[in-house]
Amino acid sequence: MSLRLTALDALHRSLGATMTDFAGWDMPLRYGSEREEHLAVRTRAGLFDLSHMGEITVSGPQAGELLDHALVGFISALGVLRARYTMICREDGGILDDLIVYRTAEDEYLVVANASNAQVVLDALTERAAGFDATVRDDRDAYALLAVQGPEANGILAKLTDADLPGLKYYALLPATVAGREVWLARTGYTGEDGFEVFCAPADAEHLWTALTEAGTAEGLVPCGLSCRDTLRLEAGMPLYGHELSTELTPFDAGLGRVVRFDKTTNGGEFVGRKALEEAAAQAESNPPRKLVGLVSEGKRVPRAEYAVVDAEGTVIGRITSGAPSPTLGKPIAIAYVDAAHAEPGTAVAVDVRGRAEPVEVVALPFYKRAR
Amino acid sequence: MSNPTHLQYTKEHEWLAAAVDGVSTVGITAHAADALGDIVYVQLPAVGDTVTAGETCGELESTKSVSDLYSPATGEVTEVNQAVIDEPALVNSEPFEGGWLFKVRVEATDELLDADGYTAFTGA
Repeated sequence: MSLRLTALDALHRSLGATMTDFAGWDMPLRYGSEREEHLAVRTRAGLFDLSHMGEITVSGPQAGELLDHALVGFISALGVLRARYTMICREDGGILDDLIVYRTAEDEYLVVANASNAQVVLDALTERAAGFDATVRDDRDAYALLAVQGPEANGILAKLTDADLPGLKYYALLPATVAGREVWLARTGYTGEDGFEVFCAPADAEHLWTALTEAGTAEGLVPCGLSCRDTLRLEAGMPLYGHELSTELTPFDAGLGRVVRFDKTTNGGEFVGRKALEEAAAQAESNPPRKLVGLVSEGKRVPRAEYAVVDAEGTVIGRITSGAPSPTLGKPIAIAYVDAAHAEPGTAVAVDVRGRAEPVEVVALPFYKRAR
Repeated sequence: MSNPTHLQYTKEHEWLAAAVDGVSTVGITAHAADALGDIVYVQLPAVGDTVTAGETCGELESTKSVSDLYSPATGEVTEVNQAVIDEPALVNSEPFEGGWLFKVRVEATDELLDADGYTAFTGA
C-alpha cells in the first residue's frame, strides 16, 4: 500500500527532509539535526506538519451526550472554544486511543485522534452514535494541521493574525485569520512548550507554512520533524499511544485516571467502559499493579522501549515504554511501567541494556517543565 | 556527500583506509551517519583488543536507535579516537575525517567494496 502524503509533501522534500513511514503516512522525521530541532523548540520555536492526525467532527443537538457516552471525559461540560485531553476506551476499560476534543460550537466538536488509531476511533464513534441525534463525520481530508511550538511561538503568530492571542488560553481555540487564511487556531501542543496548533484547509497549508517560516526567521524558528516531537513529548512526560497506552491498559494503569469522569451527569452517568473502569480505579487505589514512572541514567547507553527494568538481583520488575537521550537534560531518560514496590522516586533500579545492567534512578514525571 | 575514492567499504557501512605501517583507520560512512541521525554515544573496542572482520566490535547510539559497529578487518586495535568518545557528533559532521573510530593492525579483511561499488550498493 502506498504511503499517504500530506499537503506539504513537496515542501518537505524541497527542504531536504528525511522522511519516515508513520502510521501509513510519509512524514518528515527530521530536516537536519533532530537535537538542534529539539533545542529550537525549547529555546526559540519550531514548525511541525502534523497533518497525519485524524480529525473527526461530531455535530448535532446530542453531540455532547454522544461524546459523554463514547469517551471517558465529561465532554458536554466543556465550554465552547475550549479543549480537553481525554480517552476512548473499550467496554473492558482498555484504551483505544487518547484524544483532544475541541468544542468548536454549541453543538459541534472536533475530535483529534492519533493517526494510527483514527479509523478505530471513527468506527467506534460511529457505532456508539446509534440512538443519539448526532452525526459523526470523517474530516481527515478536510484539514491539514501545522503546529508552532516554543517560547517565541506567540510572537511569531502575532505577526500574522489579529486574533486575541493574550486571551487565547492553554487548551482553548479560536476561529482566526492567519496570513489571510481562515483557520482554527488552538493553544495546544505535544512538546511541553507554549504553542499553537493551526487546523487549516489542505489547500492553504503551503501558504501558511511559508508565511510562518518567514515570520519566524528572526526568532530562529526551524522546521521540525517527528523525531524531535517524540523526544520533546518524552521530556514533558506525555504518553504516546502504542508505548505508554494500549488496549491492554486502562487510564488508571497509565496514571491518568483523572481523565475518567465518573461524575458525569448526562446519560444517567453511563458511558462505555464505566463498570470496568470503576474496578480499575478501585484496584489502583488499593493494590496498584505496575506504575508509570520516569527513569534517569547517569550512564550513556540509552534505555529503549521494550527493555527490561531489573532490581539489584536481576529480577525483572518492569518494562520500558519509551526511552531516548534527552537533549535538555543531557542524559538518557525513559518512561517505564515498574512494580509499585519500586516506583518511589529516588529508588535505584537498573535497565538491561542489551545484556548489561545500566543503573538508573526512578524519578517523578515529567522530566522537564517549562518556566511560566 | 560522496564517498572518498581512497577508502574501502563494507556492506555494513564501515570504511577502512589504506594501511600505513600495517595500521588502518576505521570509521562509518556519511550514508550510515546520516541514516542514524544525531549520534550521542559511541562504544568502541579497547586498545589491545583483537577485532574480527565482519563481527561486531562496538555500538553507535543515536536519538532514535542503536546500531552495531562491525569491524571491516581482523587484527589488534592500536588506537581509539578519544575525540568521538568525548564528542560523538563528530561522527555526523566529519564521518570520513575527524569522526574516525579506531585503528587496527590489519591481518585480514573480508571482501571490501571500492567507492563506486559502495555508492552503487547504497543506491545513491
